[in-house]
Amino acid sequence: MYGLGIIKGMAITMKHFVATYLDDLRWLTNGGRYYNDEALLVRQSLKGQGAITVFYPEEKLPVPERFRFVPFLVTDEPAAGQQWGQDWCTSCGICAKVCPPQCIWIERGKQPNGRPKPEPEKFFIDIDICMNCGLCAEFCPFDAIKMDHDYELASYDRTTAHIHDKERLSKPISYWREIAPKKAEAEASARDFVKLAKERRKNKKGGEASGQEERMEEAKARQLVYRGKLY
Amino acid sequence: MTDTMLKTPEPSSTPDVYDNPVDEAIAALKKRYPDTVVDDSRENYSGVVVNANNIVEVAEALRDDLGFNYLSSVTGVDLIEDNKLEVVYHAYNIEKGGGAVVLHVQVDRDNPIVPSLVPIFPGADFQEREAWDMFGIRFDGHPDLRRILTWDEFHGHPLRKDWREPFYEADAKPFGSRWPGGSVHRAEEQNIYGKNVQYPSGWVPTGGEYEVETNMYEGVTISRDATPGLKTDKVIVNMGPQHPSTHGVFRMVVTLDGETIMGLRPVMGYLHRNHEKIGERNTFIQNIPYTDRLDYISSMSNNHGYVLAIEKLMGAEVTERAEWIRILMVELTRVVNHLWALGFLLNDLGAMQTPMLYFYIERELVLDFFEAAAGSRMMCNYMRFGGVAYDLPDDVRGQPIMQFLHDLIYDRIPKALEQGDGLMTGNEILRNRSIGVGYLSAEDAIAYSAAGPVLRASGVPYDVRRAEPYSYYEHLDFDVAVRYNGDIYDRFLIRMDEMRQSLRILEQVLPHLKATEGAPIIGSKPQYALRMPAGGEAYGRVENPKGELGYYVTAKRRSSNPERYHVRAPSFINLTALEKMTVGHKVADSVAILGSIDIVLGEVDR
Amino acid sequence: MTTSPIDPGAAPPNVPDELKDNVTITTLAKLLDPVYNWSRRNSMWPLGFGLACCAIEMICAASSRFDFARFGMEVFRATPRQADVMIISGTVTKKMVPTIVRLYNQMAEPHYVISMGACASGGGPFKEGYSVVDGIDKFLPVDVYIPGCPPTPQALLNGMIAMQEKIDQQSIANVAWYRKDDPTAEVVPTPVLGPDLVDIRQVDIIKAEAAKAKAETAVSD
Repeated sequence: MYGLGIIKGMAITMKHFVATYLDDLRWLTNGGRYYNDEALLVRQSLKGQGAITVFYPEEKLPVPERFRFVPFLVTDEPAAGQQWGQDWCTSCGICAKVCPPQCIWIERGKQPNGRPKPEPEKFFIDIDICMNCGLCAEFCPFDAIKMDHDYELASYDRTTAHIHDKERLSKPISYWREIAPKKAEAEASARDFVKLAKERRKNKKGGEASGQEERMEEAKARQLVYRGKLY
Repeated sequence: MTDTMLKTPEPSSTPDVYDNPVDEAIAALKKRYPDTVVDDSRENYSGVVVNANNIVEVAEALRDDLGFNYLSSVTGVDLIEDNKLEVVYHAYNIEKGGGAVVLHVQVDRDNPIVPSLVPIFPGADFQEREAWDMFGIRFDGHPDLRRILTWDEFHGHPLRKDWREPFYEADAKPFGSRWPGGSVHRAEEQNIYGKNVQYPSGWVPTGGEYEVETNMYEGVTISRDATPGLKTDKVIVNMGPQHPSTHGVFRMVVTLDGETIMGLRPVMGYLHRNHEKIGERNTFIQNIPYTDRLDYISSMSNNHGYVLAIEKLMGAEVTERAEWIRILMVELTRVVNHLWALGFLLNDLGAMQTPMLYFYIERELVLDFFEAAAGSRMMCNYMRFGGVAYDLPDDVRGQPIMQFLHDLIYDRIPKALEQGDGLMTGNEILRNRSIGVGYLSAEDAIAYSAAGPVLRASGVPYDVRRAEPYSYYEHLDFDVAVRYNGDIYDRFLIRMDEMRQSLRILEQVLPHLKATEGAPIIGSKPQYALRMPAGGEAYGRVENPKGELGYYVTAKRRSSNPERYHVRAPSFINLTALEKMTVGHKVADSVAILGSIDIVLGEVDR
Repeated sequence: MTTSPIDPGAAPPNVPDELKDNVTITTLAKLLDPVYNWSRRNSMWPLGFGLACCAIEMICAASSRFDFARFGMEVFRATPRQADVMIISGTVTKKMVPTIVRLYNQMAEPHYVISMGACASGGGPFKEGYSVVDGIDKFLPVDVYIPGCPPTPQALLNGMIAMQEKIDQQSIANVAWYRKDDPTAEVVPTPVLGPDLVDIRQVDIIKAEAAKAKAETAVSD
């Protein structure tokens, strides 16, 4: 019959329309379908049915641990009375070199005698150039630069707000543990492992094959940290 | 170097039986044109060097006698050290599959003239225009040799190695100014105009530059011949670059007689982002995130093609688990891309929004998976040389990963396809709008170098995954989807078919992913600061959802940057056949025909 | 309107002279402002106009999951005449910028510009390229910048909310488009494509540079 295809299509649309309300009813006793974290998780998963809308400013779609937005620098917890903690960055320049659009500027710190100090004097990221690719975080051997999860960065002026300097970039390690707990833990254990293997090798110094095994272990662990492959 | 290059090699004991049709074709060519076709003697270069004057007859022989009837890629290369420009052709055998016969034509850099191959392979049209635009290679006999990606008055040919952009900093990355003494600056602060512009020395604006695109309308006739009946002039209508139906910033200059399309000229370059120029400055790994932004709907496939090319060049092995993960990602990308493409095709056909919004739900679920695995919804930057960047995540939206994938592949996506079928396939309006519209015959599809769904909907069962299998595709059981009518409706159906085939592949991939859990996902080759162990050229091609995506990369020995980096973009080349498909139809159909090609401007303009 | 939001409490700084003595206008405006702003902020229709990758995320923000119709950004309008806000969603190339400026000029007042993503704000990863404009704010007044490459749909919504907050702080008494000497009434001159992009406002500098280059070559000869 001519028009059957159209009717069939309309039936599907109708089904969708009804499903929205059915799901609303189902959640009625559990505190409703909206503004409810539990419902949000179900609604956004494969089990979600009916309308899948996230009511953004009130409820936010959780981002996964690997989510990447603009980078930030990891520091130690600031000591009491201090504003900034010790930088993890050693100013090795790997992130600046690997950055595809070259949006990272690092001025290496100098000791009084003119020797380079393993700490950045200045660190800039131009987020108008940054492509959020995450290569800096992936290749940082010291876990010192990580990709932030904060995407709410809209501003009225870009001339000042869009070049992030060291103060803007630095965030304590607890922040990283908070936004990516599993990843942070895996990285920490890998770092410990490298340290351990190094120590064991040192203690064994002069021993048989000068700690071949530990060296291997260390290299393996370092590789895992280095590439961020652990998690 | 050049002299040795063109010297005829010593006749060796050539075997009569070849295990490879490419070798056979090359031997036949060399036999037939002993003086003009010689082996390419450079390190790791394949194919032959052809004398520029004979390229047309060699191409004709290749097409008619040797069966290499599909000219996939044409591109220029600047060999500045030899003071030469090179044109590289990749031709394939569409019936038998297999590798490419690569033809190199070298001409003098100061006066680069190469005979055009458009009379033999119409699909070379846009690609030759691009080579003219980017390198200034003049193609003798080309019917319409205008700039294509830049604009008419553009000064210089930007992909030449000695051409420098306004924000030029250094020939290769990493730039020295970033570390250790990196004082931040914005590049425009160092330009007197405060903008990314430069003018040729002595150039003064006269006001004449307001007359842009004068040659755009050259040869477009609007007066009507004296035929009986209602007499009206033809009208030229510009659709785009801002037009809701052109899928981005694409423009069609349409000549109309009443409502019937008499001629159509695609205009592109409105999103020309210098992918290749930047790609030649980048180190090898830096190009991966840039490839995401080519066809930004299917970034995983773009990554795949690029890493394949580089792996070929550096000789890297991919671990088993990484291959399975790659296939998982690429096939999911195909599903995502086709869902998106069909949604918008139906939008163009008048099914406003509804199918798009329904397909979009499943697309979002796959994007959730991409975000959990790679960190970004669209710009995945996931593949690395010899593997992938991360293993699969533990869970997605609160579901364990294998469970999530299982439900997605066995439940959600098939249901969505079924629903799409019910919603659209039988719909009478859709059928009336699309059946018989935008016809492209199989011969034309091959001649115009169409690829992907456009080619297969015209009845040519050519799929790179089967024709020249890469990754583990030869171990997988799937059919190449083919439809035979070559109209919009078939291009709609073939995308549905392809998604079903992708699901078949995904079903086979899942057990392997389970079996290889915990296995290494990347080889031990260095990624960061990679240097090519040996120089040479490599062409990596994959069956991107839009068609054959190829990366042509050449590098010098021990170099950390590609020497030439070219993308054979399927969307771009598929547009060559657009005029052929649209002429004779109504103007409203042009929108739907464009939608059925499924272009993404990031890839068209690069 | 590139300045930071206007403080609603302060007396309007640029009341026309003939109204300077008129006290009621501020008080009246204070009464009317919430209504005026409320109606405008909740009916911002974007121009249906996608440039590059960010456009896909923009469409996602308009689709069912994020659905910016909830903010009154009901439909994408295909014509600039019906649109209130222009989302520059992607890389602006030199070939495209004349069109964008023309579209901007065709939009009726009040019109707003949101620069979505790194490319639109400052050229992004393609900034170094020869045919990319390093920020649409070189040509158009931009109200809100949203960083990210690409910003997720939620980031775009965040930018939209920032846009609404900005509108909330405007006052009917001093918005530019009701003033006789409307500073924004002048159309932005459309840049033209010569050998490179020519900003008409810079013609004098270009001419001076050309003269300088000529003089230099004359000396060196």
